[in-house]
Amino acid sequence: MKKTIAGTEVEVNEEGYLTDMSQWNETIATAIASDEGISPLTEAHIKVVSYLRDQQAKGTAITIRSMGKSGVVTTKELYDLFPGGPLKKSSKIAGIPKPVGCI
Amino acid sequence: MSDDKQPVKKMSIIVSRGSLDGIYPALIMANGARMEGIEASLFFTFFGLNALANQTLDHLKVATVGNSALNMAMPMLGMPMTMPFPTWMGALPGVSAFATHLMNKEMEKLDIPPVREFLELISDSGGKIFACKLAMDMFKLKKEDLMDRVDGVLTVGDFYNESAGAGTHILFT
Repeated sequence: MKKTIAGTEVEVNEEGYLTDMSQWNETIATAIASDEGISPLTEAHIKVVSYLRDQQAKGTAITIRSMGKSGVVTTKELYDLFPGGPLKKSSKIAGIPKPVGCI
Repeated sequence: MSDDKQPVKKMSIIVSRGSLDGIYPALIMANGARMEGIEASLFFTFFGLNALANQTLDHLKVATVGNSALNMAMPMLGMPMTMPFPTWMGALPGVSAFATHLMNKEMEKLDIPPVREFLELISDSGGKIFACKLAMDMFKLKKEDLMDRVDGVLTVGDFYNESAGAGTHILFT
């Protein structure tokens, strides 16, 4: 379905995750983050989001364990940056699909 | 999620078994709760303390004796799940160690951490780890025998107080 986020029309699924990661930009990320109760979007958030986008582009499955080992962010920092759903929220803001794993 | 559903706010999970297959489901459920923004507490009692004691927690084994569902592990050996695994075979020397090795290998592929790292992950994510006082006394364990992420040694009453609140679910495993 189509949705207008920050003045740009993008394709999203029923949960609001972008279905085409190339439609993403930082303005859209800021708007999604704000919807998710994360505002402002800081450098630290962007660092995580960029890493997620790189991993997604490479086709690497993302887990909470791999994030903690990435060197980009510690588990504690990830939970602090994206309270209430570290992987779900960061993925949504990154414009990539919702993680499917249980770990 | 529709508004009439009451969300799960906290999972208090009691872990009473000490085999590898007895411990992991609780760790996975607790970690999964934290990932969804749900609070999580783990309360290790009886043989569950095997997963907190520094001397044992890195060497937990799959229970093979009396486990009539070991046929489930057959696909790990490239055999069909329907292939029977007679329960008496579980008692043969090395079978438990081998089953443990197989399961650890499969879990690593799925990015499921070993027990110690998993407890650290849950602790870092804000989950709480508690040991049962009565079981500690029974097994002659002291707080310093347990891994460093243990948040406290609780009585049953303490545990229920810790679990208080609407939206808490207490799960016994």
